[in-house]
Amino acid sequence: MRKRTEYLLTTTALLLLGTSSLCHAASGKLIGTAGLSQIEGSGGGGLVPWATLTGYDSQEQISVNAQYSQANLDNYKLDVLGVSASFYDKIEISIAQHEFELKDAGVDIKQHIVGIKYKLYGDAVYSKWPQFSLGVQFKDIDNGEIARAVGAIDSDKGTDIYLAATKVHLGAIAGYNAVWNLTARATKANELGLLGFGGIENGSYQLMLEASAGLLLSRHLVIGAEYRQKPDNLGLGEDDWKDLFISYIPSKDISFTIAWADLGAIAGVKGQQGLYFSLSGQLR
Amino acid sequence: MKSPIMLLTLGMLWGCANHSTSIYQQLGGEKAIEQIVENFIHEIQFDEYMFSQFKDSNINRFREKMAEHLCMLADGPCQYTGDDMQTVHEGMNITENQFNHSVDLFIKAMDKANIPHSIQNKFLAKIAPSRKDIIYR
Repeated sequence: MRKRTEYLLTTTALLLLGTSSLCHAASGKLIGTAGLSQIEGSGGGGLVPWATLTGYDSQEQISVNAQYSQANLDNYKLDVLGVSASFYDKIEISIAQHEFELKDAGVDIKQHIVGIKYKLYGDAVYSKWPQFSLGVQFKDIDNGEIARAVGAIDSDKGTDIYLAATKVHLGAIAGYNAVWNLTARATKANELGLLGFGGIENGSYQLMLEASAGLLLSRHLVIGAEYRQKPDNLGLGEDDWKDLFISYIPSKDISFTIAWADLGAIAGVKGQQGLYFSLSGQLR
Repeated sequence: MKSPIMLLTLGMLWGCANHSTSIYQQLGGEKAIEQIVENFIHEIQFDEYMFSQFKDSNINRFREKMAEHLCMLADGPCQYTGDDMQTVHEGMNITENQFNHSVDLFIKAMDKANIPHSIQNKFLAKIAPSRKDIIYR
């Protein structure tokens, strides 16, 4: 299993680096205002889906992006592989695969997420009001034994729905461009869905708030912070997630993000902190 | 979490303190704007994608009117004597993609005129509202 992931990773990375220089990629946006994806595969910051789509596509373009991300915590490790396509700066379709390793038990939980995002209004940079998008994430767990063991009501499938607002303010803070995002998510997911959906404490949809703020220190460097509220359906003290990130965007074709993530208690094991790393690239 | 908030607050305060000088002055006045326009024309000339849109334009008129317009947007002491943006771009059918690409070229033009990053952004913020009068006309 590990071999296959590593193979996939290497192939993806090579593909990213190779194709980025070969073909003319979509480029219809200001650098640093697109091209980032989040942990569930949608366009966004590391933790939070934003109203912006993954690609640099404008109304006349299609773009395809790929990401590999990893969060390495004290007792867990999450690998994310994702591919997304955005069409005419209007619709984004994404597919992500999670491989969540329980280091102590030597067990993996696998999850697939298919996401669709539809831009309702605006342009994060140019419109007067923020850009708004509506998104859905369909989550499918491959092996639900652990979700069942911790008391999830549904250990197979779940769906999140979110509404996101994103705005870039040009030269807003001492001349630096600033970006903020607010997302409201209706969810039943326990730890992104890795531990199933719903539990003894709560079995119905709840509204969670997620927020990001970033400062573009140059055309190529963004620093910021994110916060993601999470339900505690299982009664295991599931915590809200937060991170501090820095993204390096050398060109519109590739970006690197490193974050310090504080994910609190996961499945009852407290104090899960660690480094999050993400590489994403534009294939066309 | 404390330090980013403090950084933001400090930034905002610093931003306020700087408001007394116009973007025009911060850019470096008439000379800087002329340099940016010159660089921008240069960028267009060497850009296949953009050049086709400009090949029938009167470059001297473009140079003069663009400098005036930018000076006005930067709150400089200029009177813009050209047509409004909507009229200028009428029938050109400039796409969002072309517009955004020209912003990239404009940033290059500012880089080459040694305009600091923060002043570039403040200038872009002044120019950005024109976008709606320029695209899909």
